[in-house]
Amino acid sequence: MSLDKDQVRQIAKLARLELSEDEYAESVEKLSKIVDFVDHLSAADTSGVMPMAHPLNVAQRLRADVVTEQNDRDRFQENAPAVANGLYLVPKVIE
Amino acid sequence: MTGLHAKTLTELKAGLDGGEFSSVELTQSLLDRIAAHDDQLNALITVTGDEALAAAERADDARAAGAGGVLNGLPIIHKDIFCTRGIKTTCGSRMLDNFISPYDATIVERLAAAGAVVLGKANMDEFAMGSSNETSYFGPVRNPWDRERSPGGSSGGSAAAVAARFSPAATATDTGGSIRQPAALTGTLGIKPTYGRVSRYGMIAFASSLDQAGVITRSAEDAARLLGVMAGFDERDSTCLDVPVPDYVAELGQSIKGLKVGVVRQHFDAGLDADCGARVKEAIAVIESLGATAVEVDMPNIDYSVPTYYVVAPAECSSNLSRFDGVRFGHRAGNVEDLFDLYCRSRGEGFGDEVKRRIMTGTYVLSAGYYDAYYLKAQQVRHLIADDFKRAFEKVDVIAGPTAPTPAFRLGDKVDDPITMYLNDIYTIGANLGGFPALSVPCGFVNDLPVGLHLVGHHFAESTLLRCAHAYEQATDWLAACPEGFA
Repeated sequence: MSLDKDQVRQIAKLARLELSEDEYAESVEKLSKIVDFVDHLSAADTSGVMPMAHPLNVAQRLRADVVTEQNDRDRFQENAPAVANGLYLVPKVIE
Repeated sequence: MTGLHAKTLTELKAGLDGGEFSSVELTQSLLDRIAAHDDQLNALITVTGDEALAAAERADDARAAGAGGVLNGLPIIHKDIFCTRGIKTTCGSRMLDNFISPYDATIVERLAAAGAVVLGKANMDEFAMGSSNETSYFGPVRNPWDRERSPGGSSGGSAAAVAARFSPAATATDTGGSIRQPAALTGTLGIKPTYGRVSRYGMIAFASSLDQAGVITRSAEDAARLLGVMAGFDERDSTCLDVPVPDYVAELGQSIKGLKVGVVRQHFDAGLDADCGARVKEAIAVIESLGATAVEVDMPNIDYSVPTYYVVAPAECSSNLSRFDGVRFGHRAGNVEDLFDLYCRSRGEGFGDEVKRRIMTGTYVLSAGYYDAYYLKAQQVRHLIADDFKRAFEKVDVIAGPTAPTPAFRLGDKVDDPITMYLNDIYTIGANLGGFPALSVPCGFVNDLPVGLHLVGHHFAESTLLRCAHAYEQATDWLAACPEGFA
């Protein structure tokens, strides 16, 4: 199945990716090829087959509900592009 | 001290233990070698010379005091996907070009605790998405066997560094073949352990149901030594299993007499280069001559591996990479209008083409109306493929075949066609889908380029794979072959 430019625009929007016009043209072509390729899966007979989400059949391990982490906010925020008073700064979201 | 670069990790350990040279001498000689040769290969993104020499000095002091771990003073290179505290950790991406990790990955911590000395961080395909190392923001790595060719990917820097004798070992990661395919293309040994065998804490996530950490070395014994340190339970990774770690080195010596080796009929179809196929068949004959028995096995669903992977992996990647938002760490675009614009432009600028393509593929297969047709369907086919392996392992101990369909290809040859690139991993992806351990060991040459033999085992059968590779190595001398200019 081929994708058109509007579909690719919608996908890019959902994925929060800004693309240039050239990138859109290339994405339409290459994503269509990829979708055509994975469409081969439709030939597999999977009636009654359980979906496999994880390679090993084990239960999720839980730990005791106790504090194990110390507060390293300042160290972690050294990598942040913009912070003030321990807060991450973003463009204004509420007028 | 000259000639140290040619030694394996095990040989270097003996040399350090015997007082033939110090870790500082060893470390300096490898750092000099990297400085002299890496402009030809681009295998490293960061060289950590000062830290390495300081760690080597500590290792020498520990040795003098009669202390030190099992890897005391031995060199290693980390793939730049592993977080290293205080050292730039880029994952091959512009997105993390400025990221100084505030913590160490568990395997980085464990190897350091055992005394390993980190020489630097290896180049890789961006976020481990690629099979040629050409998607790296820091430029492609060149194959030491032919500088015009790719070393494979995504752990191309790790593989090239080990092949070029910059380090006897490098850590690597494998989501669909990213340890084994570059090992095959560079004449090195690469092992991807069982899913859950090695902690992934501090390993930047690509596809969480497939990713696993391993190593690239120049012998099975070296891999066994490192895996023994890296493997085992870690409470900081909820997918890491609490299963005892065997003594991989001690188990290497056991004979492979009576071992049943499965050969998958579908692996020798038209997609395989005929000369590569011949080398692999010769290798299987050598293994048989050592007392193993080859048995043909049928895997009717194995041809669906690549399309299954290219639904599952992008889906998981689109979710994992949503953490890169330009807010908490990583690249942030300037002069943005609003929060939406901040996200879109930071990600648009920070990610390269292949990463964007995979995020979009994943977004598409997970989006309303397509989830059942693609994602759920792929998970069902994944089950069929895993069952093919499990049925085979009822009859055989290991499955042997080619690691990659061709020897190293030219840089630029496949980069414009994603499907051709994706098909590089046709023989390796199945092990990831089923969570099985697998390794690639060199098995000869085609036109002076290395070819890899691929061995897959049942869950937690790393010892069997290493033992088989070790026996094969003893009977051949492919691992000792050195690319011209790097002897």
